Amino acid sequence: MDLLATALPALGEAITLILQPQQLAFLLIGVLLGLSVGVFPGLGGIAGLSLVLPFIFGMDPVSGLALMVGLIAVVPTSDTFASVLLGIPGSTASQATVLDGFPLAKKGEAARALSAAFVSSLFGGILGAIVLTFFILIARPLILAFGLPEMLMVTLLGLSMVAILAGRIPLKGVVAAGLGLMVGTIGEAGAGGSLRMSTYDIPYLIDGLSLVIVGLGIFAIPEIVALLRQDRAISKTGSLGKGWMDGIRDWWRNLWLSIRCSAVGVLVGVIPGLGGSVVDWIAYGFTVQSAKDKSQFGKGDVRGVIGPESSNNAKEGGGLVPTLIFGIPGSGSMAVFLGGIALLGYDPGPHMVRHNLDITYTIVWSLALANVFGAGLCILLSGQIARLTTIRFTLVAPFLFMVIAFAAFQSRQSLGDLAALMAIGMLGIFLRRFEWSRPAFLIGFVLSSQAEGFANQANQIAGAKFRQSFEAGMAYIASPVVLIILLLTVISIVIGIRQGKQILGSDNPPTGAKRAPLIFLICITAYLMVAWIDAFQISLVSDKIFPLTVGTVTLIGCLVLLIKMMLAPEGHALFADQEQGGEDGSAPHGLWPTLAWFGFLLVLSSLFGFIIALTIFFLAFLRIRAGISWAQTLILSAAAIGLICFLAGTLNRDFPPGLLQEFVDLPWPLT
Amino acid sequence: MASFTVATRKSALALAAGVSALVIASAAQAQDAVDLSGETVEFVIPFSESGGSARWANFYAPLLSEALPGNPTVVVKFMPGAGSTKGANWFQEQSADDGTVIFGTSGSTQFPYLLGDPRVRYEYNDWQVVLASGVGGVTYLPPDIAEKFDGDADDLGDIDFLWGSQGATRLDLVANLAWKMLGMKVEPVFGIEGRGDGRLMFERGEANIDYQTSPAYLKSVVPMVEDGLAVPMMTWGGLDDAGNIIRDPNFPDLPTFKEVCEATAACETSGESWDAWKAFFIAGFPAQKMVFLPQAASAEVVAAYEEAFNTILARDDFAEISAKTVGIYPQMTGDAAAKAKALATEVPDATKQFVIDWLAEDYGVTLN
Repeated sequence: MDLLATALPALGEAITLILQPQQLAFLLIGVLLGLSVGVFPGLGGIAGLSLVLPFIFGMDPVSGLALMVGLIAVVPTSDTFASVLLGIPGSTASQATVLDGFPLAKKGEAARALSAAFVSSLFGGILGAIVLTFFILIARPLILAFGLPEMLMVTLLGLSMVAILAGRIPLKGVVAAGLGLMVGTIGEAGAGGSLRMSTYDIPYLIDGLSLVIVGLGIFAIPEIVALLRQDRAISKTGSLGKGWMDGIRDWWRNLWLSIRCSAVGVLVGVIPGLGGSVVDWIAYGFTVQSAKDKSQFGKGDVRGVIGPESSNNAKEGGGLVPTLIFGIPGSGSMAVFLGGIALLGYDPGPHMVRHNLDITYTIVWSLALANVFGAGLCILLSGQIARLTTIRFTLVAPFLFMVIAFAAFQSRQSLGDLAALMAIGMLGIFLRRFEWSRPAFLIGFVLSSQAEGFANQANQIAGAKFRQSFEAGMAYIASPVVLIILLLTVISIVIGIRQGKQILGSDNPPTGAKRAPLIFLICITAYLMVAWIDAFQISLVSDKIFPLTVGTVTLIGCLVLLIKMMLAPEGHALFADQEQGGEDGSAPHGLWPTLAWFGFLLVLSSLFGFIIALTIFFLAFLRIRAGISWAQTLILSAAAIGLICFLAGTLNRDFPPGLLQEFVDLPWPLT
Repeated sequence: MASFTVATRKSALALAAGVSALVIASAAQAQDAVDLSGETVEFVIPFSESGGSARWANFYAPLLSEALPGNPTVVVKFMPGAGSTKGANWFQEQSADDGTVIFGTSGSTQFPYLLGDPRVRYEYNDWQVVLASGVGGVTYLPPDIAEKFDGDADDLGDIDFLWGSQGATRLDLVANLAWKMLGMKVEPVFGIEGRGDGRLMFERGEANIDYQTSPAYLKSVVPMVEDGLAVPMMTWGGLDDAGNIIRDPNFPDLPTFKEVCEATAACETSGESWDAWKAFFIAGFPAQKMVFLPQAASAEVVAAYEEAFNTILARDDFAEISAKTVGIYPQMTGDAAAKAKALATEVPDATKQFVIDWLAEDYGVTLN
């Protein structure tokens, strides 16, 4: 009852604070900004927040909070557009949504998928806020129960989702995940700073590859290239089948699923240090495991949209808990948000929850309200925006190439970003072609650095505890929380291995000669061996043990696959090759000429800078590849350049400069 | 928006020889000469949007816009990468002489410079400092261990300490060296993301010693102290105008590391360990964040910026608005800033070598 006595008055105050016309107006502005920024893949909440930060100083606190919270709350809502309509993971929060959302769009059910996603987001956001209202008062001891062994276990639980996402040949999924883990170790080691697969001569690699680029490369580029080869609309039927009302009904039928996934979102979001990157995968895996009929997952099952989307908005609410109670940001955008709160004169931390409970609740419930506004708007718009999937894709693709290249460049502002995007894109294309699980690769990549960090640190502390006494050591590594998550992980793996085969892999994949799949496997094996030898030469044990262990396991997997490939007859599913049949095999345009267009844009950028390159690229692409008239070409090109300049100008971002800019000083935007 | 092109404009850099003499040029003249109206000033930070430097820059940017002649738009621009050396290398190439580019560094930019990181291609001596912001740090212990601490660390030698550290070459170097000098056996658990995670490890009982910078200490550790969960041990101290270590103005009741060291048998406040500690302490704390103009900036521009920062610091409400973002530490301009910069960046080679050898010996960390 104490809890209610503390919470209710503050809650009342908070609600009166929020429901002022002025605050609501600021909240709406934040929501609109967040929606506009979130629609562009790869930009996300940080870009939006940076946009408003200059105005925050000197605002009245509740308005400032409303503005920022409105913005943060809707980014994981609006990024769904890119995930569902274009197969581009809009942000880390929407990666899993791509798996079923995009196939639905291809079936012509984009509006249905979108509205189901938005209703789920809305629900998750509100459920998150309700839970938080009470949880925030008692969360401290619970959060402190999550030490390093517990966080390591949650990371492993995330990795165990590979089992269900591994595809037809489980071993290929495991190797893909191992490769993801290894790619994630590229750069300076977190503990001792040793360099792995990089040198000081290539400064770009020292910071490792960024998640935005890997996400875009693994999912977006292969999908865009595959679609572009077809020269038709995304929706196979060319029209929109089921409408947005169907999506809402779908959600209602799966309400229980939505509730469970929201709970997962809040729980994982609450644990500081994990960040949001695993939440949607855990929710997706959970959705698949608990479903009776699994046959449609990965091919357009609306539940595969509802699950992750319910969790990712709930996660934003959960992420507020460590941010507000401990002053430790759960994600990059939360860190910027913390900076913004400080500019308003508040300092999140134990003091804030104790002494400014009304402000704390203002934040929590602004988040819920922003979710209502944001998801409501998105549902209303989804019918219209879904029409994008009925436009001839060849006219959409150059815009996507533009946005993707721009978004990738924002991660490090270096030409290396574009090169990395191209390289990862190629990997993505091959993974797709030979049916290696791309989600498994991405999960490995996402979890790599935290798996390594937590494992090293937990090991070191456990060592110290065991030196104290055996009991202290055991109490540390085998706490009840660890055991419970361990059990969940084991269950998840068992279910995954038993039932994962149907998911994400066609029943009878087209196969061709052994040669192409075999060469790809040898390439992967070769990279892993080089990375293993590279790690072996590092002197610090803390920096080499993880890549050596993962590398060894993955290499064993590769060897077993090699042996299997030698024994298996041609036509076995091991040799899946999308070029040998199905949609890709019969596409009117070849893979390489299509990819070359994107390469053309990147090469031009490195020579003349982004804007000049874009102009040439658009004119050439629309005229030659799309074959439209000069008038249409000019209008579309001008629109594209105008759009990107406006976007970069407002967000105060730069364009990739080329060789030309080394020698000549050009005015913006040509810089 | 200026270009990020890393063109070589070495010739332009030659313009600004003998800079420090010109810094003293009269402020009155600057008022007439420098007018930034209609211009956009880029305040470049070599870190991401989410770090402490971002918070510091976002605080100063709007104030600077008000205080500079002509009220230019001041935008904070983030250029993270390679532990801030990427942005610093970029700034080294800048030749804007009109004050439209300023650069904010932190201890993370100073340390690689001092340690001879191979990525460093910048030279602090080329840059003109217009503001130096300081910060302090406080070490704290769990209550049961704190009982053994009575102003000296003589009784702490048998305890196996464990703490969460961001890395051997980071700001945490100051703490590792201080504790080692006191004869304490402290094993760092490397690789945590931020000092906040280190504090969580302490709260969870995984670590049994920690330090926080003073704003974080005031915000998050003081409530723990009030609840009897932590006890402060010492501060790193503050710096007076003459460059002497004095008690931290935020924590006048807490002894400084220097005092504890003097009281501890194993520790000495002279010799190469002490010189190394003091040099890196100054680079990491009292002169942690600095604002620079490029070498090419004219004396008038430098004076205009100094004037602007002095105006900001003289605001009636400065103490109030700055408390949450930059703490209540001295913000230095003019000669004081130049002195802080010199102390933070001009370290004898022997001292640098001592630290490099120590890092290699104790942690196996080398920088190449």
